[in-house]
Amino acid sequence: MTVVAERAGGQGTVRRLAGALHRRPRLRLALLLTAPLLWLTVLYLGSLAVLFVSAFWTTNSFTSQVVKVWSTDNFHELLTTPVYRQVILRSIGVALAVTVLCAVIAFPLAFYTARVARPKWRPLLVVAILTPLWASYLVKVYAWRLILSEGGLADWMLKPFGAGGPGFGLPATVLTLTYLWLPYMILPIHTALEQLPANLLDASADLGARSWRTFRSVVVPMVLPSVAAGSIFTFSLSLGDYITVQIVGGKTQLIGNVVYSNIELNLPMAAALGTVPVVVIVVYLLAMRRTGALSSL
Amino acid sequence: MRLTRTLKAAACAATLVLAAGACGSSDSGGGSSSTGLNPPDLKAPTKLGKTEGQVNLIAWAGYVEDGSNDPKVDWVSDFEKQTGCQVNSKVAASSDEMVKLMKTGEYDAVSASGDASLRLIASGDATPVNTKLVPNYKDIFAGLKNGDWNSVDGQMYGIPHGRGANLLMYNTQKVTPAPTSWAAVFDDAAKYKGHVTAYDSPIYIADAALYLKATKPELKIKDPYALDQKQFDAAVALLKKQNADIGEYWSDYLKEVSAFKSGDSVVGTTWQVIANLTADEGAKVKAFVPKEGSTGWSDTWMVSAKAKHPNCAYKWLDWIVSPKVNAQVAEYFGEAPANSKACDLTSDKNFCTTYHAADENYWKNIAFWNTPIEQCLDGRTDVKCVPYAKWVQAWTEIKG
Repeated sequence: MTVVAERAGGQGTVRRLAGALHRRPRLRLALLLTAPLLWLTVLYLGSLAVLFVSAFWTTNSFTSQVVKVWSTDNFHELLTTPVYRQVILRSIGVALAVTVLCAVIAFPLAFYTARVARPKWRPLLVVAILTPLWASYLVKVYAWRLILSEGGLADWMLKPFGAGGPGFGLPATVLTLTYLWLPYMILPIHTALEQLPANLLDASADLGARSWRTFRSVVVPMVLPSVAAGSIFTFSLSLGDYITVQIVGGKTQLIGNVVYSNIELNLPMAAALGTVPVVVIVVYLLAMRRTGALSSL
Repeated sequence: MRLTRTLKAAACAATLVLAAGACGSSDSGGGSSSTGLNPPDLKAPTKLGKTEGQVNLIAWAGYVEDGSNDPKVDWVSDFEKQTGCQVNSKVAASSDEMVKLMKTGEYDAVSASGDASLRLIASGDATPVNTKLVPNYKDIFAGLKNGDWNSVDGQMYGIPHGRGANLLMYNTQKVTPAPTSWAAVFDDAAKYKGHVTAYDSPIYIADAALYLKATKPELKIKDPYALDQKQFDAAVALLKKQNADIGEYWSDYLKEVSAFKSGDSVVGTTWQVIANLTADEGAKVKAFVPKEGSTGWSDTWMVSAKAKHPNCAYKWLDWIVSPKVNAQVAEYFGEAPANSKACDLTSDKNFCTTYHAADENYWKNIAFWNTPIEQCLDGRTDVKCVPYAKWVQAWTEIKG
């Protein structure tokens, strides 16, 4: 008897709780969102805040221990030291170059996979574009190190034309990063082109536009937000990368390398350097928002 | 001795600057504003207790081998069998990484080079070592005991492991005539533009200083780790000039092996172990100490102040410098052993001769890595020297 009574009591509690939740939609919402919001604010934004705050500390120059004394020396140094400015500009340049190269290569590819290829082949082609993402990042970069090394594949292929491979350095870095992030550019463009209504193209043709004119006035404006969306991936991934440049970059250093070389001995300086890509990305996102890219992600 | 006095003076100065209470505290390090060596007052154990069943080590690649890289190279398994201490080792890629890992307090001992050891002592991360508890210490070469880089006031902070020189390696087919001087990577580097390599660490500035010591006597460099601003600027300028001819800097030794194998690098600084590996992989390379002498390293096994397994750590310290094991590790890594008795036990009977293990005159030509501090390590008191933090900054600028 008691068992049954208890069970009935338990069911009653659940039912009462469900009733209470049903009557209070705000409470329901709060319970649902607390955990993800905590994740976002405490772990994600919190760590960014810690990064920013620690950029104002200094270190003991001998033991490299962090001294929690408030100062803006690191930012002052960041803005006045020529080498940091140079490295920051170089990193942004690499990210922009990779983005432009990716867009230029991705557009015709996506056009083919989305509109030219036979419909039954399209899913297979998309899978083919994605296959490089299945391999490890390091394997792919080391493969490029072999390709670009002295007497490697690049040298061998360019030899008949009287040229040599680019060797290790900045061009090699841009090339490798373009290879790495290309799928992230192709996919959004592919989706946009696939969703492009065929009747718009027909209407353009009916109005007497040739294919180039249709491309310029109809296709590009409609796909541009997706290019911008893809560029957010390629730009931010390139800006944050520091491993590729170590392997194929020769003596080149990018912002990530400078952060890495400071992180053990001068954590506050590393933090100050680390805020630079954050600021650059925020500016980039604001610029991209104007193109409508954020709504087509 | 001169150094000891300098350090004492530094410690006094630091005490004056800081509140007296801050000096003795163990975890806050050597004070916030000073750069002097003012080690916290830590005590070495007077006797050993029961072993704890495991020990966590930080080591250079090739120092703690348990047969997993090469089944024939194993001196860890016997240690584990004899002492019951399970060895967990973490390979560190640089001195800076070693310092960082030691600060976590999760490790018991570290094979620190001279550019890390003084920092570990000053910050209180490494504790004095009672050499009486390490029976094999008595057989260690005198030249390695009480060094500037491993002791303070005659108190050892670790057990010397071995020593080696930073060598000049070149591709015998592509670099002709064979170089004899560091000029090959400095003044004559343009000849191999884009194929010169250098060690990717701020401590490499000392290599340039060592070259200037021989070629620019007017700079009056005595110790490549004690550079005043003018000497330091000259070394940095030389390295900035060298940067134009550098193909890549190396810090990962596998990267250097692959670069020499493919011919991307043809001349540059190296360690004996890298030269051996590169030659084993079929590349035509030679490595030697140029006529100006060289920089080098002398590694010391230090015990963490926060060690959770100090007894196993002491057992390891004694084991790694025992004649047989010290011979094995020295031969595998390609360095001179620290234990004088190890020379009879190497598999190559000429090993100690090749590596000049007992040749103290040879080591006079080698400037062992040390941590540059504001008080000049060469005893000058009329100028301030450039501290290591500035070396780090300059290194970023050199690479551009």
